[in-house]
Order: sequence, then C-alpha cells, then structure tokens
Amino acid sequence: MDLSYLTGHWREVWQLTLEHLRLSGLAILIAFPFAAVIGTVAAVVRPLTFPIMALLGFLYTIPSLALLAFLIPSQGLGTRPALIMLVLYAQVFMVRNIVAGLRGVNAATLEAASGMGMSAWQRYVRVWVPLASPVIVAGIRTALVAVIGLTTIAGWINAGGLGELLFVGIGRNYPAMVLAGVIAIIVLAVVTDLVLRAAERLTPVARADRASRRR
Amino acid sequence: MAHHQMRSADTGPEQHERGSGIVFDNVRKDYHRAGGGAGSHAAVDGVTFRIEPGEFIVLLGPSGCGKTTLLKLINRLIEPTSGTIAIDGVEIHRKPAVELRRGIGYVIQQSGLFPHLRVRDNVAVVPSLLKWPKEETAQRVNDLLDLVGLPAATYANRYPAQLSGGEQQRVGLARALAVRPRTMLMDEPFGALDAITRVRLQDEVKRIHQQFHQTIVFVTHDIEEAVKLADRIVIMRDGRVVQIGSPVEVVTAPANAFVTDLVGAGDLMRRLALLPVGQAVVSASPGVDGLASLGPAASLREALSLVLESPAGRAAVRDGSDSIVGEVSLASIQQAVATGEPTPAVPVSVG
Repeated sequence: MDLSYLTGHWREVWQLTLEHLRLSGLAILIAFPFAAVIGTVAAVVRPLTFPIMALLGFLYTIPSLALLAFLIPSQGLGTRPALIMLVLYAQVFMVRNIVAGLRGVNAATLEAASGMGMSAWQRYVRVWVPLASPVIVAGIRTALVAVIGLTTIAGWINAGGLGELLFVGIGRNYPAMVLAGVIAIIVLAVVTDLVLRAAERLTPVARADRASRRR
Repeated sequence: MAHHQMRSADTGPEQHERGSGIVFDNVRKDYHRAGGGAGSHAAVDGVTFRIEPGEFIVLLGPSGCGKTTLLKLINRLIEPTSGTIAIDGVEIHRKPAVELRRGIGYVIQQSGLFPHLRVRDNVAVVPSLLKWPKEETAQRVNDLLDLVGLPAATYANRYPAQLSGGEQQRVGLARALAVRPRTMLMDEPFGALDAITRVRLQDEVKRIHQQFHQTIVFVTHDIEEAVKLADRIVIMRDGRVVQIGSPVEVVTAPANAFVTDLVGAGDLMRRLALLPVGQAVVSASPGVDGLASLGPAASLREALSLVLESPAGRAAVRDGSDSIVGEVSLASIQQAVATGEPTPAVPVSVG
C-alpha cells in the first residue's frame, strides 16, 4: 500500500473531503423538502403510492453515469448537473423511508390524536412525524451515505470532491493518488454513517424506547 | 358561542358542571359493501334516543352491531349519512369538528397514548391544544394523576411503555378528563385488561362519574361491565337499538330472545345479583333478632348466600337505622324469583 500521496498531501485530501461532504450535504438539504412533500403525499393519497414508488424505482435503475451524460447537454459541466443527479437519487432513499415510516404508525394512535381535537396539521407535526422519525432519519442516513458514494462520480464532470483524486490519479497513472481518494471516501462514508446512527438515537421515539428498556 | 369555548378553562378546581344532554334523531350511517358488491349496508340504522345530562350510558351489543360507530358519530370521527345529533341542543355540525372534540373526553382500548410523549405531556395534550397557561396545565396534570391514583412524583416523567396496561389506561382516563369535559366517550376502554385490573378501573370510573356527573357514553360487549356501570343500557343489534333500560330492566324484562340471550337473563344468579333484597322481604317472625342481617341495599344474591349459611334458614333485613324491617328465607327468595313481579320498591318500566 503506497500511502505517500495521503501523507504528503493530507491538506489537499482534507480540503477535498470537506468539499465532498459539502456537496453531498447540500444535495441532501435540497432533496429533503421535496422528499418530505412527495413522501407525505405518497403516504396519504393511497392511489398515488404505487405510481410514485414505481417512478422512484425506475429512477434508481438509471446508471449514475448515464444520468450525468444525459444532463450535460442542458446543464453543462460542474456542480449544477452533479447536484441535480444527487438530489434525484436521494429521493429514492428518503421518499421510500418517509412512506414506510408514516405508514408504520399505528392507525389507532392517529385516530386518538384526531379524537383529542388535533387538526390534521397538528396531528402530522405532533404525532405522526415524531412517531415515524426513526425510520425517516434512517432514510436520511442511507441517502447521505449513498450520495457520498455518488458524489465521487461528480468529480468526473469537474464538480469537485474526492472524485478528482480518482479521475486525475487514473489519468496520470498515479496509484498512490487513487488510493488516497479511495481511503478518504471510505472513511467519510463510515464516519457519516456512525454520526447519523447516533442521531437516530436522539429521536423522541428512540428515547422513549430506551427509557422503557431501563424499567 | 365564545363563552362555551372558554368555560372548560375557567371552572374551579374540580367543579364540573352537570354533563351534557345528547339527542340522536334518526341517525343513520351507511357503508358501501366490502368486496365491490352492489348496495350498501347500514352500520347504524335509524337510531333515535335521548341521553339525559349526567347519565352513564352503556352501548352494549355483539361485535359489528354498530355501537362503536354510534360512539364515533358523537365526536365526528365518523360522519352520519343522515339524521342529526345534538349536544345540549346544539347540532354537532354547527361548530368545527376540532373544537367539538376538544370539549369531549375520549378514551379508547389500549389507551391510545402517544408513545413518544411522557405521561405528563400525554395528559397535557388537550390543555396544550387549548393553549392553557403552563403553570395551570402543570397543576392540572398533577391533580389528574392523583385523581386516577398515579402519584405525579413517580409517574409524570415516565413513558407509556414503562407502564402496565392498567396504568396506561389510567393515564388515558386522566388525559380524557384534562379539560373537565361534560361528555366522555369510552370505547371498550378496559377490553384488553386482566380481570382484576378491569374491575379496579371500573370502580375508578364509577367513582369519578359519581363525583363529577359527566355524561358518559361507554361501549362494551361485556354484560357484567354494562350492568355494573350503567344508569341505562342501550342494547344494539345490526345497527338498531333493540332495548333501552336500566340494568335491572334489561335483565328482568328483556325485550326479546336476542336480549335474553345477550344479557344472560336466563342466568338466575345474575338476576339475583341485580334484584334488591326488598323484593323478598316478608314480615319478621319471632327470633329474627339473633340472626345475621343485611342492609336495604343488599342484593338477593347476598341474601341467598346468608340464608344458606344460616342454621335457621333465615336472615334479618335491617334499615339504615338498624331496626328490623323483616326477614328473608329460602321460600321468600324463591317466591320473588318465581313471580318475577317487581314490587313497588323497584319501579320497572320498559321503553
């Protein structure tokens, strides 16, 4: 294992890692409001559930490179087409979990909320989403980890991030550079996963669960 | 209208007003048949009756008879196909459903507590919807937890999953009582509890009703529960009301074979438990002073048990001031059951 590039250029690798995380995080931030609306509609309007899920399933089957190639003529190179691709893929993971999370909440609990006199919005915000939150947060985690992987490919169209190390390294036949990029991506993905798993434990439901195990 | 909304928040510590009167007028709820078949069937079919303010009404019937549908029509979780329901003379569609429901306590099976909220926050749900001041809500939550026998110091910060089924149902009860509703709807609230816990909670609900006189509409399929709690039992079958009457009335004078079967009117011991000792009292004979005695509120079942234990085969009946009013014997109890004729002490009217 030739770690010379990683040790010799750690500042650059660190900068690229931050850039990578920024791009991935930005994609998730943009994607979440869309996913929240699409997921809620899919969970509430039963006739739309299947078409929405089928469309997302179809999106998922499109290879990321093919999607980028498709976007370049209209969007050009750089961050913009990369973000569009990442936001689209993030929908697949987030919408699926939002639907599953919302659908998984006990119908009797929701009826109790209505019976207490909550409006539809109060019920959504105070009961439905909090009870679905562990599954929703898990969807955000899955989406972010997947997007971190996909952001690598964005390096191919000059969107920045750790993909640069891979594509430039391969072009220059410089294995140490490629290895530095691979290691940084893996570490970033694993750390992100661990951090978001910890965040899942902070949801109200997870807290209530832990409290009851302590009984 | 405005003062109606305010009322719940500014009544005194436990100063409930009398419960609401509820009038059902030809209420009907149709559902389309499942499986795409033609036509529809009526879950509730032309129900008309009146609930008096402060009454404890039990809706009793087999599953699918429409009792839960009828209950949910009151707080508009289900909307009627036709007919009207009025609470205190105001048709329930005259104000928004959300506002209507905040004024009606609602207790369901398995408590329906919000698992992500602590006990105190569960109890405070409706006060928070009504934007009560924080201190008032906190005080009210403590009082309520005391009322249902769960000391706040121990229970307020727990999550529902940390409570037993009976404790959860007590919290459900406290939550429903939070804003001092004049009407409480209870949908098989104790159906999932073990027998001992169920009896305790029945006693609790009965005590709370006697203390505050809310109007309570309580759904069950358990005749023992109905007899124990109800001022009047409304017996339903296939969406229709079959009989309305006090527990004694439905057990001693069932309207038809269905009711006889449902309430087990053929069960002699059940009838004895419902009939007051007064029905079998005959004038005292010599020597009654030395016998074991019963109060005037005792049932014939208690009388029978005392008679069977007594070597003399008789028991004395004393009134409130401990003076003897007469005696009961095996023969007099037999006579009371055989005639089935209620004495004037127990007025029975059907309908």
